[in-house]
Amino acid sequence: MSLTGKEIQGVILAAIALLVVGALPYYGSDYLLSLGITIAMFTVLATSWALFSGPTHYISLATAAFFGLGTYTTGLGFESLPFWSLVLMAGALGAVLAALVGLATLRLSGVYFVIFTLGLAELIRQLITWGQNMTGQKGLYVLTDFTEGNLYMMLVALASAVFLVGWLIGRSRLGFALRIIGDDETVAAHSGINTAQAKVLLFMVSGAVAAMTGAILAPRYVYIEPALAFTPLLSFQVVIMALLGGVHRLWGPIVGVIPFTLILETISANFPNQVTLFIGIVFLIIVYFIPRGFAGLIEQARSWSQSESMA
Amino acid sequence: MKMNRRTALKLGAASTAALAAPSIVVASDMVKIGAVAPKTGPLAGGATVTQWPNIALWANQVNAKGGLMVDGGQKMVEVIEYDDQTNPGETIKAVQRLATQDNADFIVAPYGTGLNIAAAPLFDRYNYPHLAVSAITDQIEDLSSQFGGMFFLLGSTTAFVQGVVDVLQGMQAEGSLTGNKVAMVNVADAFGIELATAARPLFEAAGFEIVYDTSYPLGTQDLSPVMKAAKAAEPNAFVAWSYPPDTFGLTEQAIIEDLQVEAYYTAVATCFPAFGGRFGAAANGILGAGGVNPDSDKFKAYAAAHMEVTGNAPDGWASATTYASLQVLEQSIAAVGMDREAVVEHVKASTFDTVLGDMNFNANNANERFWTVGQWQNGVYQGVAETGREGAKPVMVKQGWA
Repeated sequence: MSLTGKEIQGVILAAIALLVVGALPYYGSDYLLSLGITIAMFTVLATSWALFSGPTHYISLATAAFFGLGTYTTGLGFESLPFWSLVLMAGALGAVLAALVGLATLRLSGVYFVIFTLGLAELIRQLITWGQNMTGQKGLYVLTDFTEGNLYMMLVALASAVFLVGWLIGRSRLGFALRIIGDDETVAAHSGINTAQAKVLLFMVSGAVAAMTGAILAPRYVYIEPALAFTPLLSFQVVIMALLGGVHRLWGPIVGVIPFTLILETISANFPNQVTLFIGIVFLIIVYFIPRGFAGLIEQARSWSQSESMA
Repeated sequence: MKMNRRTALKLGAASTAALAAPSIVVASDMVKIGAVAPKTGPLAGGATVTQWPNIALWANQVNAKGGLMVDGGQKMVEVIEYDDQTNPGETIKAVQRLATQDNADFIVAPYGTGLNIAAAPLFDRYNYPHLAVSAITDQIEDLSSQFGGMFFLLGSTTAFVQGVVDVLQGMQAEGSLTGNKVAMVNVADAFGIELATAARPLFEAAGFEIVYDTSYPLGTQDLSPVMKAAKAAEPNAFVAWSYPPDTFGLTEQAIIEDLQVEAYYTAVATCFPAFGGRFGAAANGILGAGGVNPDSDKFKAYAAAHMEVTGNAPDGWASATTYASLQVLEQSIAAVGMDREAVVEHVKASTFDTVLGDMNFNANNANERFWTVGQWQNGVYQGVAETGREGAKPVMVKQGWA
C-alpha cells in the first residue's frame, strides 16, 4: 500500500509523539507518571471503544466486563504463567466473550445491545462471586515486582497497537463497510455487506483491548475482588471521555481523555468533598457547549481559519 | 489554524509544567497529614461512621494541645483529605498526589481491605508507616513481608470467626446454649465469603452442626426467605456473616419471624450506634463483630470527646482502633521525630498507650490483642470476647425480641 504525503506527515508526527510519551518514565516525576497511567489507560479504552462505537453508533457499556475479565485473568494466572502470556490470553478471552455477546445481540437494533452490555459486567461479576462463594475462594492478591513505569510502558505499547489497528481498519474494506453500516444499515445489507459479521469482528477488537488493559493493570491494584474489578462507573467514564473527544476520528478520544483526566484530577485535588457535584457540572457544560466533542471543535476551527485565509 | 495549534500547544505546555513543577517547599511549622478514604461510593457509609470522624477528632485534639511533639518542640497538624470514591485507582492516585505533590509528612491508612492493599505499594515506596485498621485478612504474614511498613491493628479473619465459636462454646459450657445446631448465612461478597469459609471447619471442629448454610447476594432487599428457612431449620444459634445493610435487614426479619434462638449474631455494623438506636430493646442480647470496653476510663473520655467534636458517638469497634492508630503515630513522632523510616522501626519495636490499652506488634506487624465479639446489653454495646484485652463482659442469652 502506498502512503500519501499527508499520511507520511501523520506517521512522522505519531512517531515523535510516541517517543515523547513513551519516554515519560525517564523524565517525568512519579506523580506525572501516575497521571500518565490513568491517561494511557483511558486512551486505550476510549480509543478501542470508539473503533467500534464510532462508525456503528452502537453504545457499548461492556468495558467494565472486559476490563474485569482481564484483571481476573492476571489475578488467577500470574503465579503459574508468564505475564505476557496472560495479557495475550486476556485478549483472547475478551475477543471470545465479545464474539458471544455480539452474536447474541448485534443482529438486533441498538437499544437491545446497550441494555445487554450494561448487564454484562454485572452478570460476570455475579458469576465470579458465585464461584467464590462455592469454592470459598477469596479476593486475589497480585503481588508482583512491576513498577508503575513498566505498566505505563505496556499501556503505551498497547495504545500504539490500538492506533495502528484502528488506522489499518479505517483503510480496509471492513472499515468502509462499517461506515456504511453506521450511515444506513439497510443500505449496507442491500449492498451485500454481511453487517452482523462486520460488527461482531470490530466488537471483538474492542473487547480484546479492554481485557488486555485490565490484565496489564491488575498488578497496580494488587488486590482483586469483583466489586472493584467490575465497577460499572468505568464503562460510563469511557463513553463520556470518548464522546467528549469525538468518536468520528481515530484521534478523537485522546483529545477527550487528556483534558478530562486533568480536569478530574484538578477537581479531586481541590474540591475533595464536592467531586461528584463538579463532575456533574462539567458534564452539563460539555453537553451544552461542545456536543460534537473536542475533535468537532478543532475541525470547526480549522475550516473557519481556512475560509478566513481564503477570503 | 496556526493560531489554534500554537494556543493548544501553549496550553498543553503550561498544564504540563504546572503538573511537573515540584510544589514549592515552604519551611513550615505544620505537620501535613494526608487522608484518603471514601466520601462517596459503596464504602462511604462505613467510612463516615468509622474513619473520617476519628481523623477530625485526633487533629482537633492534637491542635488543641498546641500541636504534635516533634524533636522537643510542637507543631500544629494540617489534614489534607481526598475522596477515593471507593475506587482503588483513585486511592492510588490520591496517595501518589499526597506523597509527591502535597509532600504529606504522614498518611492515614485508607479505609477497606481492597483500598488499603491497593495503596500498600505506594506507602512502601515512600516509606510511609501504613497503620491499616479497616483491613481484616488472613494474609497478614505475606503482606507484611512484602510491605515492611504495613501494620494490622484490627485482627485476622480466622481470629474473628474463632471468637464467635468460642463465645458459643462458652455458652454451651454454661448451659445457656442448649444445643449444637447453628444456622449460618453469609453475604456473597468478599469479607462475608471469607468469614463463612473460615467458619465451616471451625464450627465443625468445635462440635457444632450447621443445620442451615446459605448465602445471599450483596444488596438483597428481601431477606425474608433467608430468615424463614433459617427458622425452619430450628437452630439453637443464628450466625450471619453480614454487611451493614443486611445486618439491619436480617434483624428486622428475625423480629418479624420471631426467630427463637439462644444466640443471635450479625457481623459488620452491629456495633454502630445506629443499630442500637434502630432496634432499641429488641437489640438486647444481639452479638456482633468486634467490641470495646465502654467502661474503661480511657474509652469513656474518648467517647465523650468524639461526641463533643464530631456530634456523634463512636461505633463499638473500629472507631476506637482508628483513633488508636493515630495515637501510635503521634507517640512515634514524639519519640523519633519526622523521619518516616525511623517511625516504622519505632512502631515495630515499641508498646503504645492507646484508647484500647497497651498496643504492640508481633513479628508480622500484627496487633495480637483485639476485640472479636461484642453484644448489646441493656442499651450498651459491650465487648464479650477478645484476644488479650481487659474488661470483657459475660455473655447474655438472647431472650426474645421485645
